[in-house]
Amino acid sequence: MTTKVETDVAIIGAGPVGLFAVFELGLLDLKAHVVDILDRPGGQCTELYPEKPIYDIPGLPIVTGQELTDRLMEQIKPFSPTFHLSQMASSLHREADGRWRLTTDTGSEIVAPVLIIAAGGGSFVPKRPPIAGIEAYEGKSVHYAVRKMDSFKDKDILIAGGGDSALDWTINLAPIAKRLTLVHHRDGFRAAQHSVNKMRELVAEGKVNFHVASVKELHGTDGQLEAVTLSGADKKEWTHSCNAFLPFFGLTIKLGPIAEFGLNLHENLIQVDTARFESETPGIFAVGDINTYPGKLKLILCGFHEAALAAQAAFHICRPNEKLRFQYTTSSSSLQKKLGVA
Amino acid sequence: MKIHATDRNGKAHELEGRDGWTVMEILRDGGLDVSAECGGACACATCHVYVAQEWYDKLTPPSEAEIDMLDMALAVEPTSRLSCQLTCTPELDGLTVTVAPE
Repeated sequence: MTTKVETDVAIIGAGPVGLFAVFELGLLDLKAHVVDILDRPGGQCTELYPEKPIYDIPGLPIVTGQELTDRLMEQIKPFSPTFHLSQMASSLHREADGRWRLTTDTGSEIVAPVLIIAAGGGSFVPKRPPIAGIEAYEGKSVHYAVRKMDSFKDKDILIAGGGDSALDWTINLAPIAKRLTLVHHRDGFRAAQHSVNKMRELVAEGKVNFHVASVKELHGTDGQLEAVTLSGADKKEWTHSCNAFLPFFGLTIKLGPIAEFGLNLHENLIQVDTARFESETPGIFAVGDINTYPGKLKLILCGFHEAALAAQAAFHICRPNEKLRFQYTTSSSSLQKKLGVA
Repeated sequence: MKIHATDRNGKAHELEGRDGWTVMEILRDGGLDVSAECGGACACATCHVYVAQEWYDKLTPPSEAEIDMLDMALAVEPTSRLSCQLTCTPELDGLTVTVAPE
């Protein structure tokens, strides 16, 4: 769906620091739109370690990645930010009036005088197996996600991996595939036990083939896969015919299109000043793990501080003719009204 | 203790291990390209290394969590380990690892 919106601040990244930026901006009456490639807020906290405890958030002696995200979502609720999830911030242009136009890979456009990049290490993208020439098959016969099950009907499918995605798609695609083969490096799976049981049933019934093996080579022409070379536990190799290959090894973080935004990068990090956390490009700020400055520590708590200062600087860009009134939430009735508690 | 590490370009490095530190930390601080996205929480499999066969059996065996997480690693081999789960000790002087491809 394509949308075009105008707002005060566009934020790239719905991790803890991007979420807290919404809060700090909200206290200053600045509206925010948040873009994230994942399908839910939380960034690394929810994608990598939702159940792992974090012990160094001030005032929260122990909190999991998911709980921290839930609490931040509750904290920013009064400011009703708009989320653009499952979208990658793909390009940035400067409008004639000096504002920024951020475009996502699904065609959404956000026009705002201020952009805050809170993208952590970049975008979560599927891990690509280190198989020579795999790029040529991607999108044609090698897929890292199933968008339309129908497109796999009557295919000779090969799935690689041992996690939930690998097993879920094995179970779901087996009934419509011409043949479905699952390969994994061991005869054990990290996926949910009921999925493992179901997959083993399908193997016992002859509806799924399973091999302890890994894919070594791809064979085909013009992006259409015809066969792969598999290597078994004993290093014995054999050719396996197939015309669709689905590798499921989870996600990894790549900087992605932000590298093309024309910002001053140092080892894939955005250099900022420590008064405003603004990049060398006026109006573009960077907070959290994606920025660098002398003394930088990649800690969530440091990102919170950075977001607070960036929000103050953003106010002066968004409201050049207004005076910023610095207030405390404990004592200001106008802030309390915004928070819905007064 | 010394750690012998081969990077993704095949270049050999001799690194100084520190007692109680993880091998991932030594590789990362030594400038090898180990992204270790989760910071050592055994949650991402981006610090995957191949341990030299003669060293593999001298290591503390992998936990269930590590074995599970290796399912998310690419190009897993019989001596694959996650380097964030390997702790430097004097007994591991000479440990030899190769950073796995990504």
